Amino acid sequence: MHEYSLMLALMERVEEEAASRHAVAVHRVRVRIGELSGVEPSLLESAFSIVRERTICEKAVIEITRVPAQWECSRCQTSLKAGDLLQCAACGAPARLVRGDEILLEQLELEVP
Amino acid sequence: MCETCGCGDPRMVPVDVQDRILSVNDRQAAHNREHFAAHGVLAINLMGSPGSGKTAVLEATARAFAGRFRVAAIAGDLETERDADRLRAAGIPAHAITTGSACHLDAEMVHRALHHDSLHDATLLFVENVGNLVCPAVYDLGQAFNVVALSVTEGEDKPLKYPVMFRKADLVLVTKTDLLPYLDVRIAELEHALARVMPRLAVFQVSARSGSGMERWFAWLEGQVAALGPPAPAQAPHPHSHR
Repeated sequence: MHEYSLMLALMERVEEEAASRHAVAVHRVRVRIGELSGVEPSLLESAFSIVRERTICEKAVIEITRVPAQWECSRCQTSLKAGDLLQCAACGAPARLVRGDEILLEQLELEVP
Repeated sequence: MCETCGCGDPRMVPVDVQDRILSVNDRQAAHNREHFAAHGVLAINLMGSPGSGKTAVLEATARAFAGRFRVAAIAGDLETERDADRLRAAGIPAHAITTGSACHLDAEMVHRALHHDSLHDATLLFVENVGNLVCPAVYDLGQAFNVVALSVTEGEDKPLKYPVMFRKADLVLVTKTDLLPYLDVRIAELEHALARVMPRLAVFQVSARSGSGMERWFAWLEGQVAALGPPAPAQAPHPHSHR
């Protein structure tokens, strides 16, 4: 379970951003988590509810957008279907992950004085 | 002004960040990578389940390369120095990282371990990660290659159950193949499962116990060491020394 240590890294980043803008509170934290990122959104949510206590995120909500994995051929860009062999049926080249491995802090909503 | 709910509260400011949550680890991993390049070190992140045979593969590798080039290891476990002890007994310098309860190594832990004298002068540095098919895949350590040990006793469907780990693998070592006569596992099915999660399929079947298939693994390592080329000087002045 690495979601807790990931959340600590996220909180550090959020606090840094909030401090640089002299925010008094964080109201919303938006993150994007890819299906193949190795991060479980529900565990990230529970880690957030623990970690935010007595921080600038005390009243914040976390919004997690889950990004499905999308593969395409690295040569001819043909899209692959979920469960396919990761090799292009048309030209044999290995597949490339277009999206679905992101662990991203997208946006914050800050309250400024 | 708040654009989220449209309330128009001027104290609410949306801030676009678009930053990797693990950017601190990424920077540390980049630092490690630069370091390995500067010192001509081939760093391999060896991952796999607990009991998949990672240490046994490394013991055999240490013995095979004795006197040919310098091999060293960092062994991560929750507790004990057992793996590092085994690797030292096999003749290579090894440093244990005990993580307490952390389920993976991160780039900072590896960086701290690099400061240990015993690891200096290595050409081939193995980082034996914490036995776990999930978390270690998420953290870049600065390695040149990810190698995943998957023992035949784990079953042929493991790649489909743990796709994140196998997607990150540059090479999969199917270990303990000497046990195949006693098992129902079908290697063709296992490779078929790997081809669904690993875009550039690279699989070696090995048995550290019998030695079967190990020559291919050793040759792969030798090829990667040869491809390293001469050490590249570090890009930026370095605030600390690792030598």
